[in-house]
Amino acid sequence: MSKETKGLIYQLVAIGAAFAALVIWLVTADLTETERQTLDPATIWKYTQEHLQITLISTVIVLLIAIPLGILLTRPSLRKAAPAVRAIANFGQAAPAIGVIVLLAFWLGFGPKTAVISLVIYAILPVLSNTIVGLQQVDQRLVEAGRGIGMSQLAVLFKVELPLAVPVMLSGIRTALVLLVGTATLATFINGGGLGILITTGVNLNLNVVLIAGSLLVALLALTVDWIGRLVEQLARPKGLS
Amino acid sequence: MSDSKNSASGVSEHTVSGASIMLEEVTKTYPGQKKSAVGGLTLEIPAGSIVMFVGPSGCGKTTTLKMINRLIEPTSGQIVINGEDVTTMNGDELRRRIGYVIQAGGLFPHMTVAANIAMVPKMLGWDKAKIAARVDELLELVSLDPELYRDRFPKELSGGQQQRVGVARALAADPPVLLMDEPFGAVDPITRQRLQDELLNIQSEVQKTIVCVTHDFDEAVKLGDWIAIFNEGAQLEQYDSPERILANPASEFVENFIGSGAGLKQLTLTRVNEVDLVDAITTTPGKRASDVLSQLQGAGRKLAVVLDSRGRPLRRLGRRQLSRMEIIEGTYDPGLPVVGEQATLNDALDTMLVASAEYALVTGRRDVFKGIITVQTVMEAIAAANSASDDHHEAPVGLNSGAINVVDIEVEPAERGGEPA
Repeated sequence: MSKETKGLIYQLVAIGAAFAALVIWLVTADLTETERQTLDPATIWKYTQEHLQITLISTVIVLLIAIPLGILLTRPSLRKAAPAVRAIANFGQAAPAIGVIVLLAFWLGFGPKTAVISLVIYAILPVLSNTIVGLQQVDQRLVEAGRGIGMSQLAVLFKVELPLAVPVMLSGIRTALVLLVGTATLATFINGGGLGILITTGVNLNLNVVLIAGSLLVALLALTVDWIGRLVEQLARPKGLS
Repeated sequence: MSDSKNSASGVSEHTVSGASIMLEEVTKTYPGQKKSAVGGLTLEIPAGSIVMFVGPSGCGKTTTLKMINRLIEPTSGQIVINGEDVTTMNGDELRRRIGYVIQAGGLFPHMTVAANIAMVPKMLGWDKAKIAARVDELLELVSLDPELYRDRFPKELSGGQQQRVGVARALAADPPVLLMDEPFGAVDPITRQRLQDELLNIQSEVQKTIVCVTHDFDEAVKLGDWIAIFNEGAQLEQYDSPERILANPASEFVENFIGSGAGLKQLTLTRVNEVDLVDAITTTPGKRASDVLSQLQGAGRKLAVVLDSRGRPLRRLGRRQLSRMEIIEGTYDPGLPVVGEQATLNDALDTMLVASAEYALVTGRRDVFKGIITVQTVMEAIAAANSASDDHHEAPVGLNSGAINVVDIEVEPAERGGEPA
């Protein structure tokens, strides 16, 4: 069994164990009426679904923007623009997420839509820069070999460059996903829904159990998404590499 | 195909599948650079011959090569292949008709050997069965067992094997022209020699027009029917047969480039198949050792050569080894001194020295055993060749245009005379 496969199994076991511990703790704990209502499994499931929805929609938009942009910025004619665009994307990530979300909400209105937009701004960088790096590290001699045997530029891109860039690109996408799961917690501040509501409720009403349960759930969700990402990375890695 | 040109390359007795190439006043000037990388080059490449481009790095030889398949677009001038002006046709379609080999093969690491070779036939829309058959045929041609290597990934091959697959990929759609850019630059000297021998064997089967860039003059002498020696800006210093370049260097630049090793040039000019080989007692695995031994004694020979089912040498056995054996074993001896029949006597001597043997086994097409060459044969051949005169073919056309360039040719070698080429 490879090191990566072992790591995947350990991570899955750890996530399962932590989740089981959380459930046991919540079932056996002496909860107040408000706490019990807030932590109702059906409600939590609804929040989780909202949370995943925001995350997934943002991710899809991020991929649709960042991957084509990354490809364009590695083409000879646009290569010069890459540093400037990366600086802008860097700015998106460096700005505090909570500030971006709230400011955008005042401008575009409160609700899930604005939450998604700010999350997209926040998560473009890792996907964009890994797409660029992944494509740049493809051996230029292979590109030349492809062109030399009569492949068109597009054929070289899709059959040589992108397959060879997949491992680096996927790790950028996984980073973005994990960032998004964590940051989607902030959506609750602008009525965007998601698991963040457990945390804000816990803080506002001084319900520590709710606060801790909410934080743990977000963390476990992020770890699960990370696990799925790693699994996909393993499966999608082109054979013949590494 | 123009038959008048074939006679010049001396291969007219075979079926030539290659095409003639004509570069007419081809110039490449990169934007922002005053001096042309290639300046007004006119060069005729006869069909079915191997033309070697040599010269110092940055002299424009690679640029010239890449302009033939228009990986680099010429600034002006024309490229004519088999009488057809290809300067303005679709570059991708042109390149599918021209084989292209780069250093280390340039194989796609995420595709199997078979998938790599199948790239061009796929683009040309061949059906699956035809492609599969062609892949196996080509692997056989480059001496790789299809069963064993078809489904491997490039990283599972040695450098020499990758290079072979690179050649197979270039030959996939049976293109009339093969361009090679420093093809054997990344392998060790012994492997390089084997690959060169193999290329010559393959060429004797396929008769393509091969244009090959190298910085190694010995390689150029060994492989080339014609050698083009370039100076900066792809200025042609000399374009002639290896024999005549060695005998009459056209300029001081050429003299420096050839180097002092030219003293032993007969070693590089004479090929193994041009000398008389000693035939050997051969046997196959599974035979009784005592039979072979008595055969050896009867013929007064010292060793027998074990061949596999395809006639490829596996190992050599001396009398003592045979007397200790009951049945001939078929294990392969990696230290076997083997040399291709198209190798130079220089290579043969090298092989013997490396193996500390006074003989080497000679193989022909597809590594089939041909006979034995001994140190003595080599020495006699040198003596004989020194007194023989070389045949005179008329050299193909090659020149640069423009008065300024002509002045360049005359001034530069004198100025650069002191530098090592």
